[in-house]
Amino acid sequence: MIAALYRWLDARLHLDGLLEPFKHKTVPQHKLSYWYFFGGITLFLFMIQVATGILLLLYYHPGANEAFESVQYIMTSVQFGWLIRSIHSWSANLMIFTAFAHMFSVLFLKAYRAPRELTWVTGVLLLFLVMGFGFSGYLLPWNTLAFFATTVGTQMAGQVPIIGHPLMIFLRGGPEVTGATLTRFFGFHVAVLPAIVTVLIGVHLFFVQRQGMSVPPKVEEAWEKDPSLRKEMKFFPNFALREMMAWYVGMALLGALAALFPWDLGVKVDPFASAPAGIKPEWYFLFMYQTLKLIPSKVWIIDGEVLGIVGCGVAALAWILLPFIEYFRPSRTRVWITGLSIFALVYMIGMTAYGYLAQ
Amino acid sequence: MHCEGRTMSTHCPCQQQPTRRGFVGLFLGTGILATLASFLYPVIRYFVPPPVADLGGDEVVAAKTGDLKQNSGKVFRFGSRPGLLILEADGTYRAMSATCTHLGCTVQYKPDTRQVWCPCHNGIYDLNGRNVSGPPPRPLDVFDVHVRGEEVVVSRKKEA
Amino acid sequence: MAILHSKRRMSIAACMAVLAVYFVLGAGMGQTLAQAPNTCLDCHALLPEPYGVTADKFSHDIHEQKGLTCASCHGGDPTSMDPTVAMSPAKGWKGKIDRKQVPQLCASCHSNPVYMKQYDPGLRTDQLDQYHTSVHGKKLATGDTKVAVCTDCHSVHDLRAPSDPLSTVNPVNVAKTCSRCHADAEYMKPYGIPTNQFANYNTSVHHDALAVRGDLSAPTCTTCHGNHGATPPGVDRVENVCANCHVFQAQMYEKSTHSKVFAEKGLPGCVVCHSNHAIHMPSDAMLGTGPSGVCMSCHKPGDVCDVARANILSNLTRLDQSIKQADQELKLAEASGMEVSAARMNQAAASDALTQARVTIHSYNPALVDQNIEAGMKVANADLKAGQDAMVERNHRRLGLLVSLIAICISLVGLWLYIKKLEHR
Repeated sequence: MIAALYRWLDARLHLDGLLEPFKHKTVPQHKLSYWYFFGGITLFLFMIQVATGILLLLYYHPGANEAFESVQYIMTSVQFGWLIRSIHSWSANLMIFTAFAHMFSVLFLKAYRAPRELTWVTGVLLLFLVMGFGFSGYLLPWNTLAFFATTVGTQMAGQVPIIGHPLMIFLRGGPEVTGATLTRFFGFHVAVLPAIVTVLIGVHLFFVQRQGMSVPPKVEEAWEKDPSLRKEMKFFPNFALREMMAWYVGMALLGALAALFPWDLGVKVDPFASAPAGIKPEWYFLFMYQTLKLIPSKVWIIDGEVLGIVGCGVAALAWILLPFIEYFRPSRTRVWITGLSIFALVYMIGMTAYGYLAQ
Repeated sequence: MHCEGRTMSTHCPCQQQPTRRGFVGLFLGTGILATLASFLYPVIRYFVPPPVADLGGDEVVAAKTGDLKQNSGKVFRFGSRPGLLILEADGTYRAMSATCTHLGCTVQYKPDTRQVWCPCHNGIYDLNGRNVSGPPPRPLDVFDVHVRGEEVVVSRKKEA
Repeated sequence: MAILHSKRRMSIAACMAVLAVYFVLGAGMGQTLAQAPNTCLDCHALLPEPYGVTADKFSHDIHEQKGLTCASCHGGDPTSMDPTVAMSPAKGWKGKIDRKQVPQLCASCHSNPVYMKQYDPGLRTDQLDQYHTSVHGKKLATGDTKVAVCTDCHSVHDLRAPSDPLSTVNPVNVAKTCSRCHADAEYMKPYGIPTNQFANYNTSVHHDALAVRGDLSAPTCTTCHGNHGATPPGVDRVENVCANCHVFQAQMYEKSTHSKVFAEKGLPGCVVCHSNHAIHMPSDAMLGTGPSGVCMSCHKPGDVCDVARANILSNLTRLDQSIKQADQELKLAEASGMEVSAARMNQAAASDALTQARVTIHSYNPALVDQNIEAGMKVANADLKAGQDAMVERNHRRLGLLVSLIAICISLVGLWLYIKKLEHR
């Protein structure tokens, strides 16, 4: 029956021509092939987010005096609302984790190198946008943790030299975090960011399809020495089926997390209450937050916080432009970048752990 | 001849091995259908609006017209706190918080004295929520009441 | 004066000068033409204590605001600039009023209903009669001038209306005013009564309500002791005073065994357990045997009343625990995403029952207290069950999860087999 449907569509849309390249798409098979899954899993989790997000939109009220109650309504009155909301919250966290894992795997397996520089650039931008999704979405339930985390986060943005203050006003919709901030973040979260991310994902995937999967340098070397070692797996149906399995495992994990550890509702915002002690951002911002906390308040003549923010900005820029750094003296910069990658991974994990354990 | 995915048999090309294929097909088919059902079922149920509509945190349907007799009161739920709805003898509705400002007991309407009374320590409020006698230190919060068709809707007072 | 060529011109000039001086003086003193002239202040505003009264101070006095002058109480002629005329006994000048004369003087207006009607028809005019019945009044009649007279409490020369928050007799200030004498151990030595009332009152819930929370309906000294007729209530009438506000407790107490026994033994009712001035927020511990316990100061361990006490206390504790337990269960259910808001609202009814039980204690009848307790227990138990049911429902969700996990496992197995089949060639 599917074949009949395909023939009907093909006669009208010449699908054969379009699908031809996909029939030949292959995935290199080697010891490190499992890392290839992470991109697809991130995409899968994004699609889960879109689906659950649209469902949540049916009942969510964005406004300071209604947001919290509407999330409470979803959690307690809407049938399976608890499931949809908890999946959305858990999937958000998992997606950020897999996005980072995907980025690091690409980094260590050197897949960012020519000709894949633009894939890397779009990828890093996507990572930043995904963290923006996390930051904006976190405020939407309008509970005290989110309120103060947003206050701290936007205040840090205000520390950027020159454009910091206007940037903070732009983010907050005013000088303070209020209902206006909530409305604005809602707009970012459900319209602005999805639009930009969808386009970027399209571009990112287009590049990946055009260029095919990269092979780690050491494996490539071994294969050039002995071509008989080269193994490729067809994407359709072999790798795709394996990807399906990974996606199913992802679904199982999400369902289990949602049912066993439902996402907390928190306490509704009281803007006149003082911040609870030990307020911390979500785990994916923890390494940055902890770093900023450790920088002394004044370094030489520069304000510590400003130095930290500028430092983060420089690091972000370096990250985006990483492949281009290797244009200059590759024999040295390549080694440096490997070292930097290891440092970055250890640093992020270490700082996140430190942030968690510190009171 | 080229047969995708089918084991070649010596005398009959393209003849599949029914048991093996059936086994896999069974697992795959059942699995996919079952997972599809277990995903679609919650989503479809999710689309059905719950019986109690969410009007937002600021208003609630306290009663239907005709629920209350003249000169009587009823405690209703406003968010997570009780409220008191009163229908006066002349047909006016009044609504106020039902949590006594003294120690938090739930107040009630007394038709004989036409006052709001707290049975815990004999606190008395007038129909404007003002504390007129007994221990309550503050008046009761007063709400707006509108009749919409058959529904008596109570909402928090709008800020001027 | 050569410039003034004639006597007529001279007299005109003299009149002008006097007129000018008069206007200057009038303007300089800031007296409006409507205000009655009060030349006393011209000198007395500049004199030191105890003769001095500044115009500013006197402007706060309600008598001044109503158009009275110094002469209204002190006599004399307030229009004359000449001290010998202004302060002449012929013009009725009394000078400094003797303390013993003060009540009579004030009453000369304040006990005259016809006179007072023109200023405030609602004002009482029986203050002097009341005063005569008071301890202060009786002692003054015997010649003791240490006791309070009108001006001691109401202040003098800047006497404000009691409704004015700065008035010494405004409810929030009354205790402080009384304490000026009654907390002064040296001053009160001849009378042999305690002087710790003010200190004790300041630790009480009534002080907290009145002075801290600003609830003007809360009692101060005069509420229980009276103001003009100030007398400590008779020991046998203490509960009548408390009963004015604490109606339910008084009704219960009236019908109880304690009421008759305390009256017979001459014990001051409510004060026995709750104290008179240092009235603190009561707690269940008052029914216990610890430092806050009050029952065992009379009763013997093991007697009927001790058993009743223990019974009441254990019931209160039982209901309190049940309410807390149900609250916890409901909170847990809610945190797991279950809808239990109706049960949470119901908890208020259980708390109400506990509050009412604590009033019923004053009947000293465990059976009556039981009624409240049982009503509360019913609600708390129902809510606990609602919480537990919600947790059961939560477990059903986990069952649903299991079902979907099984479905996913089957799919995974199916996919794996399919892959194997495809690649096994």
